[in-house]
Amino acid sequence: MSTLTQIREIVLMNLRSIPQRLGASFVIVIGIGGVVGVLVAMLSMSAGLSKTLTATGNPNRAIILRGGSNGELASFLDRAASTLVKQDPAVARADDGLPLASGELIVITEVPRRGDTSGANVSLRGVEPKGFVLRPELHLVEGRLFKPGLRELIVGNGAYQQFDGLGIGQKLKFRGSYWTVVGRFRSNDAHDSELWADLETAQNAFGRSGVSSVLVRLTSVDAFDPLKRRLTNNPQLSVDVQTEREFFSAQSAGTSKSIGIITTLVAIIMAIGALFGALNTMYSAVSARTAEIGTLRALGFGSAPVVASVMAEAMALSLAGGALGAGIAYALFNGYSVSTLGGNFTQIAFNFAVTPTLVLQGLVWAIAIGFLGGLFPAVRAARLPVTEALRGG
Amino acid sequence: MISKYLPLVWGALLRKKTRTAFTLASLAMAFLLIGLLQAVNSVLSGGAEFLGANRMITQAKTSFTQPLPMRLLPQIEAVPGVDFVSHSQFFGGSYQEGNSFFPQFAVNPQRLYQTYPEWVLPEAQRRAFISTKDGAIAGKLLADKYGWKVGDIIPLNSFIWTKSDGSRIWEWRLVGIFDGRDKEWAKRANLMYLNYGQFDEARVTGAKGLAGVFVVRVADPMQSERIAAQIDKKFENSADETKTQSEQEFQLGFIKQLGDIGFILNAISGAVFFTILILTGYTMSQAVRERIPELAVLKCLGFTDRTVLFLVLAESLALCVIGALAGMIMATIIPPLILPPEFPIRTNADVWLFVGAIVIVLAGAVGIPPAVRAMRLKIVDALAGR
Repeated sequence: MSTLTQIREIVLMNLRSIPQRLGASFVIVIGIGGVVGVLVAMLSMSAGLSKTLTATGNPNRAIILRGGSNGELASFLDRAASTLVKQDPAVARADDGLPLASGELIVITEVPRRGDTSGANVSLRGVEPKGFVLRPELHLVEGRLFKPGLRELIVGNGAYQQFDGLGIGQKLKFRGSYWTVVGRFRSNDAHDSELWADLETAQNAFGRSGVSSVLVRLTSVDAFDPLKRRLTNNPQLSVDVQTEREFFSAQSAGTSKSIGIITTLVAIIMAIGALFGALNTMYSAVSARTAEIGTLRALGFGSAPVVASVMAEAMALSLAGGALGAGIAYALFNGYSVSTLGGNFTQIAFNFAVTPTLVLQGLVWAIAIGFLGGLFPAVRAARLPVTEALRGG
Repeated sequence: MISKYLPLVWGALLRKKTRTAFTLASLAMAFLLIGLLQAVNSVLSGGAEFLGANRMITQAKTSFTQPLPMRLLPQIEAVPGVDFVSHSQFFGGSYQEGNSFFPQFAVNPQRLYQTYPEWVLPEAQRRAFISTKDGAIAGKLLADKYGWKVGDIIPLNSFIWTKSDGSRIWEWRLVGIFDGRDKEWAKRANLMYLNYGQFDEARVTGAKGLAGVFVVRVADPMQSERIAAQIDKKFENSADETKTQSEQEFQLGFIKQLGDIGFILNAISGAVFFTILILTGYTMSQAVRERIPELAVLKCLGFTDRTVLFLVLAESLALCVIGALAGMIMATIIPPLILPPEFPIRTNADVWLFVGAIVIVLAGAVGIPPAVRAMRLKIVDALAGR
């Protein structure tokens, strides 16, 4: 028999005999399933976060902040600057002839998380009426819009799910006055975690005169560069001009990076643990089969097929474990909604997203652990002297 | 009594050294992870002690990012039991091309000394900070890191505060270098204080007169809860409602913003626990299965069923305890080495207690089935290999 035929025969024989070692095989499957499950779940958290943040922002829209500010919270534009920005020819006009632009004010408020008493930071965004025309992706799911001049709020769907007291008709107290929740909106992006109010009402209530940022609709994607050039060169202004998408991806970079680091750290520690588990199983699988391996060697099977058979077993089992883990992660976590610290030092609510890429990534880890876990026992099996092995080691 | 059985348990563990070593290694890894996750979790879920806090922070109720006006200061000072009040405004400056970031706060120097006696610096420098309007003092760790000397001019680019001339580059004259009065505080000396004088004079008109948050030092820590309530009551229903909490709780608030991460950590811990349960459980049952004839011999020698049961349980407990201990020691040593001191992530007593309970549950879950099997062995069957 050629080596290849030998390998095929012995691998098949080995895989067919797995049911006889069900208990031991189970250990690899569960061990690696645990690692892959946790890995995929954590990666899907980070994927969900970046999905939410990259969904925020349309290349057709630009956001203008005070020069040098690292986010909307630290930015301040006075009324003159905000008006000047809106009049730029690159800004599209609505049917009524007014610029499609919204000066927006961000203030941080504390709202308790559901089932908790301590406050979580939530953004309150004061917007101008054009803010809704600018963002066609945003629509009300319940209630109505706030009325200008009244202390009324609409809340994002994510904020509603994560925080307490945001039902329609409920009241929130900020700076000594009450605000009524009158509507709930959905936008499936970072704004889903915010509370929205009328700009001038918010300015009044929080004692602020200007805005944090101005969001504008461009006449076309190509209009961005001229807009940026004109505004940054204008001696009356000191502003940063970014596309909305660029801005929101940069805002989340820190959070995404920390989640990435934690994920890797946890995955590595778990993988090392599972590796020892796999080694354990494969060594005992080899030692249980010592006589069998000896017989095969005596029949003329080379050491390569023996190595291949042990490795194939380890990797088949790890793959099964990987698939199990990824499946559990998908079943439990796909679409699960959570909130954590995002840009602006406020909460951002998002859903876990278990994507095929992440599942594939989990399976690669599984195979890698299976490979290492099988390698040493396989080499040991191949090195057993035939006579000793026949006696059962 | 125990010393009589110890060699037996030990012998059982050493019977297959490779297997025991691998099992211990996976246990150690699992408990390293559980220990670290629970340490983070205890910070996220635990509230700080209010009692015994001699320093409190009064912030705007809406959010700490809303600066409170300076006019509240005398009103807070007037609350009975309050010793000293200082104010502190986060400056948000970056140094050298924006790559180096460290916290800076604009403060009144005299009031800073009164509320933070933990910082020590030479008398001449103390006075210089009070009398230099554009003065700044830096923590020793910070000064060492950037090689600053007293007299240096340090330009900071603030992403929050603009000067009335529109510029955001603020120049500060380093007039002192402070250190902590003990080891614990020395580790925290990596921040910078700026004189409120230049800060308030130079910033844009609209922002003048804002203090930031107030730091309240109380005479009797046992009274802090009452004083906090009294301060907040004073400003209730005004535009500047306040929230007063202990300094520790204020700092924990930043970490707590991470929010649902706590749930994730618990979910991971659960998955790790389940995985290690299966792994160790299999090892234990295999170890007992291989030794059935030996256990039968023990019974022949007069060991009672119960003793055999306890021997197997002891073996399982020993395995779990050794593995968990190794993991927990790593989890205790590693965080202080890699984390800066302001992240209080430590495997404290609570975490050890929690892990201790887990170890008992684990040892029971993996030990009881094989132990019961060993107890019920019929000598004749076992010796015959049936």
